[in-house]
Amino acid sequence: MDGQSLFEQRTSARTVLELDVVNHPGVMSHVVGLFSRRAYNVEGILCMPVGAGATSRIWLLVNEDARLAQMVKQLEKLEDVLSVRRHGADHEVFERLEEFFR
Amino acid sequence: MTILSGAQLTVRLLERQGVRVVAGIPGGANLPIYDALSKSAQIRHVLARHEQGAGFIAQGMARVTGVPAVCMASSGPGATNLLTAIADAKLDSIPLVAITGQVPRGMIGTDAFQEVDTYGLTIPITKHNFLVDSAAELLEVIPNAFRIAASGRPGPVLIDIPKDVQTESIDVNAWPEPGAPDPAPPVDIALVQRAADLIEAAERPILYLGGGIMHAGASETASALAEKSSLPTVMTLMALGALPVDHPLSLGMLGMHGARCTNLALDECDLLIAVGARFDDRATGKVAAFCPHAKVIHIDIDSAELNKIKTAHVGIRGDAAAVLQELLPRVRGQDRDSWLARVAELKRMFPLVTPGIADPRTHYGLIRAVAENLDDEAIVTTDVGQHQMWVAQSYPLRRPRRWLTSGGLGTMGFGLPAAIGAALAEPDAAVVCFSGDGSILMNVQELATAAEEDVNIKVVLMNNNALGLVHQQQTLFYGKRIYASRFRAAPDFVRIAEGFGLRAVDLDTAENPKEVLHQALTTRGPCLIHAGIDVEDQVLPMVPPGAANIEMIGG
Repeated sequence: MDGQSLFEQRTSARTVLELDVVNHPGVMSHVVGLFSRRAYNVEGILCMPVGAGATSRIWLLVNEDARLAQMVKQLEKLEDVLSVRRHGADHEVFERLEEFFR
Repeated sequence: MTILSGAQLTVRLLERQGVRVVAGIPGGANLPIYDALSKSAQIRHVLARHEQGAGFIAQGMARVTGVPAVCMASSGPGATNLLTAIADAKLDSIPLVAITGQVPRGMIGTDAFQEVDTYGLTIPITKHNFLVDSAAELLEVIPNAFRIAASGRPGPVLIDIPKDVQTESIDVNAWPEPGAPDPAPPVDIALVQRAADLIEAAERPILYLGGGIMHAGASETASALAEKSSLPTVMTLMALGALPVDHPLSLGMLGMHGARCTNLALDECDLLIAVGARFDDRATGKVAAFCPHAKVIHIDIDSAELNKIKTAHVGIRGDAAAVLQELLPRVRGQDRDSWLARVAELKRMFPLVTPGIADPRTHYGLIRAVAENLDDEAIVTTDVGQHQMWVAQSYPLRRPRRWLTSGGLGTMGFGLPAAIGAALAEPDAAVVCFSGDGSILMNVQELATAAEEDVNIKVVLMNNNALGLVHQQQTLFYGKRIYASRFRAAPDFVRIAEGFGLRAVDLDTAENPKEVLHQALTTRGPCLIHAGIDVEDQVLPMVPPGAANIEMIGG
């Protein structure tokens, strides 16, 4: 492994997406459906309610891909998606989770 | 304060929304809504014979009016039968509100009788969908559904209502405002100016209109722009009628079955101005070879369409009418003599070839003869296949929202119920549905609905006893190995129509087909007009699937 974690080996080709969404059953299906219909794998998913729970935040770890810009636009079109932000693969949210996947 | 059940609430909200006709089929899980509907003085229910028919009847109403139309189905098979019509509405951006019954909340997830995950099934084929969790939620969900269906790029919205939500009673203190479309986004004037500059600088521009022109009501503004700047204009299947086909600047439909001159002109253009069009593969052919010398201006209400297929030099997100209105004063009047002369030369050298157009016993001749009996206000629907392309190529479409065809999904079975819906929306209009013997059988049961409603529709059935476009592709691209595309049994469509209670005429046995056709088209009420055509007739020219648009066969 050359001292690199599994995560580090892959980070160069990855992006982290941060979505604010309306918190209700089905919103996750809407989001991941956009990826699955394009055979676009989602490598990591994290979702928790925010504040009082009316909204949730979804973190997605996905591969960098020529289709990513289109994916972001499609996500933004979803009625229950309030905002989409793109981060570099080095965003710490998934890095910190890594210890649960050893 | 009024105590109402969820079902009564639903009906009241539809009434307040201005809904006058709904199409649907009742069943166990939506009977409370039907019971409430039976007491409505405002809403007329049209009973379809298959839920897909109900979906397309609603589409017919929505396509003609531009206002969201409503279809209803029960749970399970009722809902699954609706799916094709919903998916069709998604691909053609048609505002639809589908209301389905669902098993009671306590039974969801137990594989109850007629339970299916309607919400899950409709996620990828709706603009948005709802599984309603309480009667009170309906107050928010129903206006919202109409707002979403009609806002921006229109589309279908599904509302799944469990039976116990329909029967739950609540106090209603105040009614929400009916759902209305969101205002159009502001237009970026700087981008419009850049587009205007490109148009000014272009020597060989082409205006490329798509279905968004219809949704935005932008036909007149688009025509004005074309005329002011002398822009030869092509239309997608969805945009036919935006500019009259016989307008001097019209090049008709582009793409797989466009005229040679149309695709050749596109090949030469140095600027493509796409408005409300999405560069569909049937329009562009091989994308890398589509308008290879052209800069691209792309105007669309859906920002996800910009740069999706082809990179735009100027991409403008906005309502087509609003953007074109800003663009119009920013372009100078131009004659473009040499470019228009070149386009005229292409039209002369490579026109659409329509053999037999004077003979009503041929496919093109029949279409021409039908058109001669109707005015520009007539509504034309089609099914999907050869007949659809022949009509798209040769019918003199001149007005927006008069041409109803399944473009994106390409659903055989669309034409008849869509025609019924169009006739319900405009009872006094002449409505003609061109169909084929393959397509008509896919929703033939709606002849019963047509007879029952006594709608003023004429079904022109072009019968080659085959799946003609499949037959054509097997002939051209599969070594003439004709398989599973010729029917061995030949139904008697005249008797079928009569059996459903319609008038029917057979042009094949008529001594004077023109006279019989005239009589059939000008007599009010539903009628089937049968005409045999030759299975060897092909839709030409044709761009082979995957090829560049200039690699046309025939025509």
